[in-house]
Amino acid sequence: MTRLPITKTPKVYVGGAFIRSESARTFPLRDAAGNFVANIPQCSRKDLRNAVEAAAKAGPGWAKRTAYNRGQIIYRLGEMVEARRTELAAALRLGGATATAATKEVSATVDRLIYYAGWADKYEQVLGSVNPVAAPYFNFTVSEPMGIIGLLAPPEAPLLALISLLAPAITSGNTVVALASSAQPYPAIILGEMLATSDLPSGVVNLLTGLRAELIPTFATHAHFRALGGVANKAEQTALKLGAAESVKRVKLFAAEAPINWFSSEQQSVDALRAYLEFKTVWHPIGA
Amino acid sequence: MPTLLNKKPSAAAICRPAAPALIFGDLWTYDPAPETAEPKLKSRYELFIGGKFVAPASGKYFDSINPANEQKLAEIAHANAADVAAAYRAAKKAYDQTWSRLPGQERAKYLFRIARLLQDRAREFAVAETMDGGKPIKESRDFDVPMAAAHFFYHAGWADKLEYVAPGRRVAPLGVVGQVIPWNFPLLMLAWKIAPALAMGNCVVIKPAETTSITALKLAEIFQDAGLPAGVVNIVTGFADTGAAVMGHPLAAKVAFTGSTEVGKIIMRSLAGTDKKMTMELGGKAANIIFDDAPLDQAVEGIINGIFFNQGHVCCAGSRLLVHEPIAATVLAKLKQRISVLRVGDPLDKNTDIGAINSRAQLATIKRLVAVGVKEGATLYQPDYALPAKGYYFRPTIFSGVSMSQRIAREEIFGPVLSVLTFRTVDEAIEKANNTAYGLSAGVWTDKGARILKLAAELKAGVVWANTYNKFDPASPFGGYKESGFGREGGRQGLLDYCKLV
Repeated sequence: MTRLPITKTPKVYVGGAFIRSESARTFPLRDAAGNFVANIPQCSRKDLRNAVEAAAKAGPGWAKRTAYNRGQIIYRLGEMVEARRTELAAALRLGGATATAATKEVSATVDRLIYYAGWADKYEQVLGSVNPVAAPYFNFTVSEPMGIIGLLAPPEAPLLALISLLAPAITSGNTVVALASSAQPYPAIILGEMLATSDLPSGVVNLLTGLRAELIPTFATHAHFRALGGVANKAEQTALKLGAAESVKRVKLFAAEAPINWFSSEQQSVDALRAYLEFKTVWHPIGA
Repeated sequence: MPTLLNKKPSAAAICRPAAPALIFGDLWTYDPAPETAEPKLKSRYELFIGGKFVAPASGKYFDSINPANEQKLAEIAHANAADVAAAYRAAKKAYDQTWSRLPGQERAKYLFRIARLLQDRAREFAVAETMDGGKPIKESRDFDVPMAAAHFFYHAGWADKLEYVAPGRRVAPLGVVGQVIPWNFPLLMLAWKIAPALAMGNCVVIKPAETTSITALKLAEIFQDAGLPAGVVNIVTGFADTGAAVMGHPLAAKVAFTGSTEVGKIIMRSLAGTDKKMTMELGGKAANIIFDDAPLDQAVEGIINGIFFNQGHVCCAGSRLLVHEPIAATVLAKLKQRISVLRVGDPLDKNTDIGAINSRAQLATIKRLVAVGVKEGATLYQPDYALPAKGYYFRPTIFSGVSMSQRIAREEIFGPVLSVLTFRTVDEAIEKANNTAYGLSAGVWTDKGARILKLAAELKAGVVWANTYNKFDPASPFGGYKESGFGREGGRQGLLDYCKLV
């Protein structure tokens, strides 16, 4: 008699816990051949608001960690992903990726995490400045994390794109609420399990699965998001920017219509860090 | 006789008795000390498009009023959508055919020239600025005009060093940039907007505020004298309809706006369906925090400067004073005494501290919000000296006993009105300072270095002034957090908002 395997119940990683949607809704995940695999949580607007609350609680503590400590934690996330390469590759293959493509994407994902882990204690020296003002003042510009960032991941390279979007945001001390691709949600479910074992404090990254059309209006208007990023089509961008205007959110969206090569080295840079930083300038008199 | 106030020193000051204050009251009147340089105004100002002064297609003109005496200074062309379109065509042509092809070093030379020519005519520009906008001549002479020239000089030097702006990346200009600026620092805002845009290789269509167009068009004369290629900068004057046309024009690769948060949001909504890059420099309600160990006399001067500089028409004005409770009574008494000797009146008088409110409309806004403050129960203090009979003037005003929920503690008044609140602990000060939708600036007054650095880190504001206030420099990035906008102006960081990475 063959053994019946134990299947995994997909849950989303929010506030350091693995949860189903409060709405108790799911949508079926099917493999490339159309066979049922599992039920994915269809997160609601309430789930999104709860995730923002978790991100808000985690924010000040995460931003106060030393840069060295944040770098080590993101490096450890890379270690966790490396250790579970096979599982992540299998999750990508469920969505139709070939074995070679899946392995390549997982490798690039780990490398991207290591890239940003190394930036944590360096970007300030590259982006900040001491400014030679024409008066007796010590004047310097430092960066600070913006706060809570809302991210929308694309279906292409569902794991690598998600990491490419969230890694720079958290490296500098932001917290993130990300919506995984509606078409390719499973890699994000598995990634959540790695986030949970990476020493990343609860609530720093919150991953939701669900339907973009349902959640984008709340991403657009939730006033606690300080910035919105990720990939969106023209109509989604308009909706997000209209909502962003109400609380003057920063919007950094890639067009879904233009192909993005997430494997390219252009998709990792100090500028991706800068996208979610505020610059603060401090003046202090020089004198007795 | 002069009154000699010999008040009993407070318990805090007992070890260091304060010098008695001399209050002369109305004993003597000051002789007038007007600045008499010739502002060289024209009776009519046209649009500046394609390097020439041209009449508006609309055929319409509006009056620019001197807010100090309500007299007409000149008439200004009112640009309509067709004029704005002509300006964009001129800018695009200049960008494609001239400006984007010039080596950075040559662009730099034009900007250096502009800075030098503006310095040559500094006094003339200062008088024109004061007559058009109502600010005291000592401010336009010592701050606005020299700082505008400094912005051109600073950014000039960047034009051929752009490979150092974004480490590891090459930068390229965006194309034509649309800009709309406010009336509080007309010439200086123009320089803040134009200088970095041009240094980076962009061309510009810019709209000054309707009450303060004159120095922009005077600067256009300098652009001509400097030989700046036609169309690199185009100046279209007018009202909100002109501004909307500048922001919405399809040729604008980027728009930059300085003004109120309310209008900033309207612009953001109107451009939601486009791919235009934006920077927004919006309103503020800055907290100026004073601790009991601060050097009080120095702090009081800073608080006065923080809120009464330019009649309080400053987006980063220190309009909320947070006073440490043990020194609240002392600070309030010093502030009242200090504003009782401020001189409010003719902006052209070299001794004037507070000039004219920029417009009748702004005066009405200030009066309305001050009435709200009184109605909501805050305690109003205004000195009782006489104001000029003609013109738009408002007495420096201090509200004490203000609570966080009152409108005068939450809304930008944009006038000479200070709201005083108190706090007991550092955490309470931070909480109150950050409890606002705005985040442009903040001030901290304390003798403790560690406390300054803690507050500098915790205050959610783009600029933090420690033991000083309202300091600006072209090398110093300026811009807001939260609903005070996004993007920076000044410094290397400011240049990044006028380029794309390639």
